[in-house]
Formats: sequence, structure tokens, C-alpha cells
Amino acid sequence: MIATLDDHDQALMDGARGPAMKLAMELVLQAARIMGAERLVPVSYAHIDACFYNGQAHVDFAQYMLDHGATFSVPSWSNNGVVSLTHPELYDGNPDHEMIDGARKLMALYQALGCKPSWTCAPYQLPKGPKFGDHIVVGESNAVTFFNSVRGARTNKYGDYLDVACALVGKAPFAGLHCDEGRQAELLFDCSGLADDWKREDVFYHLLGHYVGRVAGRRIPVVTGLSPLASEDNLKALSAAVAASGGVELWHGVGVTPEAPTLDHVFSNGPRHAVINDDLRAARDMLSPGRDGPLDLVALGTPHFSVTEFAEVMTLLEGRKVKSNLPFIITTSRFVRSYIKTKGWLAELERSGATVVGDICSYYAPGIAQAKGRAMTNAAKWAYYAPGMLPVEVCFGSLRECVESAVRGEVWRDAKLWDGLR
Amino acid sequence: MIRGRILNAGAASGPTLVLTEPVSFWGAFDPRLGEIVDVHHPQRGLPMAGKILLLPETRGSGGTPGGIAEAIRRQTGPIGIILITPDINLAIGASVAATLYGYACPVLSVNETDYATLLKHPALAISLDGVISPQARQ
Repeated sequence: MIATLDDHDQALMDGARGPAMKLAMELVLQAARIMGAERLVPVSYAHIDACFYNGQAHVDFAQYMLDHGATFSVPSWSNNGVVSLTHPELYDGNPDHEMIDGARKLMALYQALGCKPSWTCAPYQLPKGPKFGDHIVVGESNAVTFFNSVRGARTNKYGDYLDVACALVGKAPFAGLHCDEGRQAELLFDCSGLADDWKREDVFYHLLGHYVGRVAGRRIPVVTGLSPLASEDNLKALSAAVAASGGVELWHGVGVTPEAPTLDHVFSNGPRHAVINDDLRAARDMLSPGRDGPLDLVALGTPHFSVTEFAEVMTLLEGRKVKSNLPFIITTSRFVRSYIKTKGWLAELERSGATVVGDICSYYAPGIAQAKGRAMTNAAKWAYYAPGMLPVEVCFGSLRECVESAVRGEVWRDAKLWDGLR
Repeated sequence: MIRGRILNAGAASGPTLVLTEPVSFWGAFDPRLGEIVDVHHPQRGLPMAGKILLLPETRGSGGTPGGIAEAIRRQTGPIGIILITPDINLAIGASVAATLYGYACPVLSVNETDYATLLKHPALAISLDGVISPQARQ
């Protein structure tokens, strides 16, 4: 229980900054009470998820905050939207006016409140992000996991409205993953029995994340035997997959993530699992129920595509064109999109038949939202959620398989890659 | 008499709807209908409007506050919620809805024993100070 408030917080509760800031303070204290926090901790950064349209209540909340004088106390960045502001023409003729108008209004309201318009689920790809040990407020599940695990910043998974309230007040309940004792691993996954060259494949991180998440649930796992050469894209894939299949908000990788230079730093006792090829094969079978055959969609960019991932796609395409009329859609942030535009890659990708959409969550992207039939993706997270959101049969594969399949117009399998799992 | 832990204060009285499995109020729940739409959930399609919802826990989705607030706005949602595992998302969603729409939906947590007792009653009343009492079927 928080015994006393400091002058700043008490003034907010007394309404000195108006009813919106008072509501924000009340929500933070309500959460602190439920979590059993004894104090609040100042935060330095927020990534806001409540700008992701989810009905009129979201709009009403933001409007109330704006009308009653709320302002963010810390730099706050926006999660992706349900509509793309970089591609307004893609919504011409879409009959769901309530959703599109509501989503646009919501995005405008958060900008008016001072939220920086990043519109991305991968805010860690933007420059000048949170650093090791920073206390931050994040709601988007993959970003929570990436910031906690890969950057070593500290956040709980803040649900809608509480993320905004904490960013307005500039503080969060000191509980859970903000505390040292809340960050210890509870179970171990040992990958040292797997072949080293398999651990260099992009699919490995997606499959491992899916498997670990299913076993760990909401517990904190530590993984040993990972390659120290794992790229940021690999760690993004693992973070997104482990958050989707299990709800993991922090994982440690010994020798890979910053809080786990050795196993002893993060783990004393708990269940131990030796990861074997069968586990990864089972993950692949679960994520890839689709049969080989002609494709109706290739969807990349969950979470949002990075500059290095775009570079890989350019290399894999080798100037070839995607099969005509096959939607090949890559979702990314406007920041990365404008970067690849200045490099000339965007024009080249578009000539190849790719569509690069900014601002938006993949499932809501025009061309994906209406998709049906057979869809291919390189992302475990997309493969995990898509069957519940879209009438598609999902084929999961490596980035190389996705690009090659897009060119051929049908699922192409890299036999050598999957032989490695035998 | 059972006293719950108040996660969001409010008073309500009405028939109960028992969810036998955890649920997310984003994706698995449609606030326009006030119903669970997840095909795998045993209480799919049962209306929550006017009911006191009993459920063990939610799935911890960050979209839950918006789902419950929108259902309260549309008056398709439950009039009160009783859980075992304290849930911040439901409490925050109900709290925001109380400010915006003027209906304070109580959200309470109770221990497993009390929860089992509450399951036996077809209707319940929740008071502002967190007391939960059985009601005759209405």
C-alpha cells in the first residue's frame, strides 16, 4: 500500500492540473493498489497502445483527456494503428466507416495529446530508444518483451488506458518487472544439444520462441546454448513469438541478453528442459498447417520489418518480380519506410511487385484484411494469430522461402533447411 | 456474507453468468454483442448484459480494458464482475467507463472457497463496500 503521496502526486489527486490528470493519477494508484506496490517509480519513456482503435470507448477516453487538459510527462510514442495514414487511398470504398473514421480520429487525438506519431509495434527500431535499466511504460506485447529482454529496460505489460495514465503522470507502480526480484528466471531451456548451423537460421528463433512460450506460459524463461551472434532481428523474432504463444514478458538468453552474462545471474532453481529437434518440428507443424500449393498472399513484417530485413529481401529477390497479381505485402514503420525510400529500395521493391505499407498492424493492412486462401509468412507471431483473424491457411517458412515462393506464386520449400531438423 | 477485495468500486444486483474458462476481452469478446465469440470458449454466445459475471481469471490481454469499457458504454456488458485472480485490466476498464459513462461496474476478487460458494447462487448483490450477498432468483 502506498502510504503517502509526494507533493506532485498529491497535487494531481487534488485536481490542481484538472480532471484528466486527476483521473490519470487515480488509475495509476488503482493499479498500484491491485499490484501491491509500495511506491511509484518515475519512468522515462512510454509506448502507447491505447491508440490502437478498439471501439468508441477508446476515442471517448482520448477526447476526454484532451478536452480536460492532459499532457504527457515523458516522451511517448504511438503503437501502430488499425488504418495506415501513409496510404489513405487504400481505404477508398471500404464500407466499415465506423472503424476507419474512429481509427483516424483516435490517431489524431493522440497526436494532439503530444504522442509522437511513430505508429509502430517495433519502437525499439527507432533511434534514441530506452537504455539498460531505464524504467519505461509499454503495452504492445512484443515490444514489452523486446525492451525487457534485449535492451534490459524495465516495464510490465501495461494494458490500455493504464499505459496512457502512467505516461501522463510520468510514473508507474514499482512492482513486477520493475523490481530486481521480479526479473529472475523461473525455468530453463537448454539449446546446447541443437546443431550450431541450425541456430544460424532465421526460422530457428521463431520456432524456439513459439515452443518456449507454450511451455513457459507467463513465467520468465532463461535460454542457454544460443549463438552469441544472434542478430537483433533474430531476438525480435524470439521475443514476438514467446509473447504470442505464451504471454512471456521477459526472457533471458545466457551470453546474449544483457542481464544474463552467466546463468547464475538470473537462475537458481526451477524446471529444466533440454530443447530437441522434435520440439522445433512440433512448433513448425503447429505454425504451418497449410499444404503446399498456389499462394493467395505473402505477408511479412510482424513485428514491423527492419532495415536489415528489407536488405535481405532485396538480396533474395535479385531483381526478380513477384508472381503477377499475388499480394506481397510488407508492413513496417513510417521511419523505416522513409529510410528505405531514400536508399532507393522502396522504388525497387515496388517495381518487383511488393507493397510496403507504413503505420499499420499487419492483419488490418489492405490486401491482408480481405485475404482468403493460402497465405505464407516468415513470422511465428503472424502464423499464430492469423488463423483466428483471417480465413486463411497459413504456411510458415524462412524469409528465403517466402521470397522464393512469392516469385514462383506457390509455396517453395528449402529441403536442405528442413533436413537440418531431422 | 462474503466480502470481496474491491478492485473497482460499485454496486450491482442481478443474475449471474459463470465463465468456466479464462477469457480475453479483446479478440475473444465482441463488445457490440456483449458475448464471447471465441469458438473454443464453453460460454460462447451467452449474453453478458445485465449479468454479474463470475470468472476465475482473464487471459491478461492488454486490450481487455477497451473491450470491457466499450461493452459498458453500449450497455451490452456485465453489471458486475467477480474473479479469483485480481485483474488490473478489468478494473482499469471499468474505472474509465465509470468516469466516461457514469456507470460504476464493480470488479471484485475473492478466494477460491468463497468463489465456490458464490457459484451456488443464481443471483447476487454487490454493495459499494464489497459485500457480496445471495439473492433469490429474479
